Amino acid sequence: MSALVLADVDLYYHRVQALDRLSIDVQENEIVALLGNNGAGKTSTLSMISGLVRPNAGSVTWRGQDLAKLQPWDIVAAGLLHIPEGRRIFSTMTVHENLLIGGYLVKDQKLIRQRADEAYALMPRLAERRSQQGGTLSGGEQQMLALGRALVGGPKLLLLDEPSMGLAPLVVKQVMQIIEHVRRNGTTVLLVEQNARAALRIADRAYVIEGGSVAMSGTADELAADPRVIEAYLGA
Amino acid sequence: MIEFITGDLFQLIWNGLFVGSFYALVALGYSMVYGIIKLLNFAHGDIYMLGSFIAFVLLGSVIGFLGTASLPILLLVLLITMILTGGIGVLIERVAYRPLRNSPRLAVLITAVGVSFTLEYGVRQIFGPAPEVFPFRLSGESVEVLGGRVSVPQIVLMVIAALLMWVLQLYVMRSKEGRAMRAIALDPRATLLMGVNVNRVISRTFFIGSALAGAAGVMAGAYYGSIDFLMGFTIGLKAFTAAVIGGIGNLYGAMLGGLVLGLLESFGTFVLGGEWRDVFTFACLILFLSIRPTGILGARIAERM
Ligand SMILES: Nc1ncnc2c1ncn2[C@@H]1O[C@H](COP(=O)(O)OP(=O)(O)OP(=O)(O)O)[C@@H](O)[C@H]1O
Ligand SMILES: [Mg+2]
Repeated sequence: MSALVLADVDLYYHRVQALDRLSIDVQENEIVALLGNNGAGKTSTLSMISGLVRPNAGSVTWRGQDLAKLQPWDIVAAGLLHIPEGRRIFSTMTVHENLLIGGYLVKDQKLIRQRADEAYALMPRLAERRSQQGGTLSGGEQQMLALGRALVGGPKLLLLDEPSMGLAPLVVKQVMQIIEHVRRNGTTVLLVEQNARAALRIADRAYVIEGGSVAMSGTADELAADPRVIEAYLGA
Repeated sequence: MIEFITGDLFQLIWNGLFVGSFYALVALGYSMVYGIIKLLNFAHGDIYMLGSFIAFVLLGSVIGFLGTASLPILLLVLLITMILTGGIGVLIERVAYRPLRNSPRLAVLITAVGVSFTLEYGVRQIFGPAPEVFPFRLSGESVEVLGGRVSVPQIVLMVIAALLMWVLQLYVMRSKEGRAMRAIALDPRATLLMGVNVNRVISRTFFIGSALAGAAGVMAGAYYGSIDFLMGFTIGLKAFTAAVIGGIGNLYGAMLGGLVLGLLESFGTFVLGGEWRDVFTFACLILFLSIRPTGILGARIAERM
């Protein structure tokens, strides 16, 4: 069953067209990668799913529900959590407060505490820096914190925008492992990446976006073997 | 000689802190609203004025009924007034500012000035241009402390102001909604992605800020005894100055800025004479804006990443 379906979506910023009849779908509990160059429309796709921008045409549905009609906070309440490009940690709040605010819509205080503890167990570096200000963390730690913050919200679908950006290869590996772990626990993942190699390693399927529409799609293995992908995105 | 100096010194500090706590109460609303939506709400001082007039009407009716009023009644009136001015603040945001959320900043600023005039001249229409005598005044003995004079009403009002600020501080720094408020100040878009209904938090901020300004208005009425439709204008500018001195957008900055401004005024007028009070205040404002626009604590608030 398709969990998330984007069908023929157009998106304009004033006159600039960012998405052009974009159609993608994500099945329950899949990791789907969205690859593409700068300006391809990856961030726009995520922003539209999480309600920050509205499609001008086409439809966006999550488990049959029309997302284009919902406010961003209703979309979060439906279990879609978006970790934005650049992490956007609340810089003057502590690591722990950053985690807590991820559970803003979670009523059960015990559940919030339990999920924060799970995040600390999964990412021990955060536990060591629990009362440190978020803005003082390294890039990798901030990415972990952004992940932890979203996990406290109890995501059904996790939208990740370039989590590997600016990270050392070893840290990229750790982040990808966490994403795999999250999926094993039942979360569906839509992963935007420029690091196609890292993304294709953990993804089930992938789409390559160019100029706001799907240029190629297939299983991760198919794409990783496709000469055009190798040439343009795997830099071989 | 020494006693004279310490007495004077204490008196100046005490007077400064007393006036400063009013500035702080009003500055808080200014600063919190600026912090979350980057709006200089020039109508904020007029909420203080509305607070005075609402309490004027409420106390007037109570005294009409009971023939007299007392401190507990004043506290009850204070509470009701805070709720009413808080509600008015929410309404103003909803009607005047929210539709302009994505408009150029200047448009919103001009709207705020328009709201200010509307409130001032609306009250003038109802109550007339002449000052009204506040129906209840706090009275009480003065006691001598370290050679200075401290009156019971002053102590009562300072305690109320301190309590209000303490509760506010707890709310903003410890509660979930306070955290959401601070998050919006840091990064509104990221806050949306946490599932925060930003509109609701903005309304709440207006409610709290306006309730505090209303409280200060009631307290000013009960202390000074005379109110008029333009009384919010000067205090608005002073609260703005206090917010700038402390670091606009910063909660503790507004409290600190209020007290610092009170002290500066107290010492400034002691040296220069009372007629220089407002000139001195705005000289401080200009000085801070040009030398340290982030205010005393402002640097701590990191602007967006
Ligand atoms: N707020 C905006 N206003 C106007 N144009 C925008 C806005 N955001 C994105 N665009 C445009 O939309 C197109 C798609 O941008 P988008 O940010 O979605 O690309 P991206 O694939 O995420 O790129 P990158 O890899 O650099 O992050 C680009 O041409 C961009 O200039
Ligand atoms: Mg992007």
